[in-house]
Amino acid sequence: MSWPTLYAQLVGVNRYSTSLGKIWLSVLFIFRVMVLVVAAESVWGDEQSDFTCNTLQPGCENVCYDHFFPVSHIRLWCLQLVFVSTPTLLVAMYVAYRNHGDKKRILQSSAVQEAELESLKRRKMPLAGALWWTYACSLLFRLLFEGGFMYALYVVYDGFQMPRLVQCDQWPCPNLVDCFISRPTEKTVFTVFMATTSSICMVLNMAELAYLVAKAVTRGNIYPHGTTPLATFQGGHNEISQMFLEE
Amino acid sequence: MPLTPPAEPDPEPKMNWASFYAVISGVNRHSTGIGRIWLSVLFIFRILVLVVAAESVWGDEKSGFTCNTQQPGCNSVCYDHFFPISHIRLWALQLILVSTPALLVAMHVAHRRHVDKKLYKLSGRASPKDLEQIKTQKMKITGALWWTYVISLFFRIVFEVTFMYVFYMIYPGYKMIRLVKCDSYPCPNTVDCFVSRPTEKTVFTVFMLAVSGVCILLNVAEVVFLVGKACSKHLHNAGDSTMGAWIAQKLCSY
Repeated sequence: MSWPTLYAQLVGVNRYSTSLGKIWLSVLFIFRVMVLVVAAESVWGDEQSDFTCNTLQPGCENVCYDHFFPVSHIRLWCLQLVFVSTPTLLVAMYVAYRNHGDKKRILQSSAVQEAELESLKRRKMPLAGALWWTYACSLLFRLLFEGGFMYALYVVYDGFQMPRLVQCDQWPCPNLVDCFISRPTEKTVFTVFMATTSSICMVLNMAELAYLVAKAVTRGNIYPHGTTPLATFQGGHNEISQMFLEE
Repeated sequence: MPLTPPAEPDPEPKMNWASFYAVISGVNRHSTGIGRIWLSVLFIFRILVLVVAAESVWGDEKSGFTCNTQQPGCNSVCYDHFFPISHIRLWALQLILVSTPALLVAMHVAHRRHVDKKLYKLSGRASPKDLEQIKTQKMKITGALWWTYVISLFFRIVFEVTFMYVFYMIYPGYKMIRLVKCDSYPCPNTVDCFVSRPTEKTVFTVFMLAVSGVCILLNVAEVVFLVGKACSKHLHNAGDSTMGAWIAQKLCSY
């Protein structure tokens, strides 16, 4: 179970996403997961072994490291990426559930089934009704998780900057000792980078939510309550706009 | 110029440059010939060299950085002062940022296919064979796609030049010095600190710089080629100003 497996799962749901959702997925995997694995993990690789305190007291370095770094940035980011990706699986589960129901219905009816089953596999569900609500909920959860994790990182590490020197007086350190963090500037650069991409993802999610709401509202306006596109054919223009509005 | 990703003996797949290659090389179909050469140069002379050679040169950059003092913390602080961000990370970010404008083109092509599909359905040609044909058809770089492609090339050039400039600012002269003198707290006085493998690092820095320059030249050549092609098509069309040709050009320009 690894990042490519998660990617494969999420790409499968891409069919039901809006264009903004597809952009979000690319930004997530290229600028966040890829950068995390290829670059950030090697910056934080020696975070504990190179955490040096100005003392010979055994155990002082361990205790001070633990005091100042309760959860490493890398682990927080991994958790954030996993949590942010999972609401999309809600959508996948709902689509699978709908397909299962439709499949059962088709198999139960005694009419020609092969062609219908094939079209069921290939059909793209319009983003309306319960699917719309599931998708909108997944977007809300994504926003909550992104914001929550960014806030947690900010609170635990007092901002996004990594200091060079921290002063520690936990037992068994004899007095106040200076402890030096390895590669603080590089860590600050990457923290800011990941925070920026996280904000970009949040903006994309908010834009997608606004787009969905706008689409639902305009769909409500074009088809006033009680009418359907088949019943109110008002010429080619309406049909074309309906096809372009439907995803 | 199709390339197969390097065969990896790992039992577990990793999110790494090989999967990145799979994502980016999908754009290859819609590139010009120069674009495909650029992609090959990127993957062979930059990403492969980075992964196979450069990462092991910089592997011990911190553990091999030694200062002439026993003061704890002086090593860390001096290393951080002289190497705010490592070459390897800068190159990784550069390669990721330089490759992503190609995805703009991929998105535009996907959008065009989507529109073509709708037009086909509207005109009644909605058979699976016709829809398959849309998927496999090679898009011509005309109209708005031409603009997207040129803009993506422009962004590539800007990112390349920006990173080269950042390198120059952080590491003046692109040379790795053997000895740096450091007096940041807590180092007691000015201490001598020695960088590990400076000559090898200089060699690789110059190599990556040269290949970066080659990539910039390829991108510039591609822009010139596209502009030249568009101009010659325009001149050709200006000579043949029949209604049919004009309509054909307008229909192609999306």
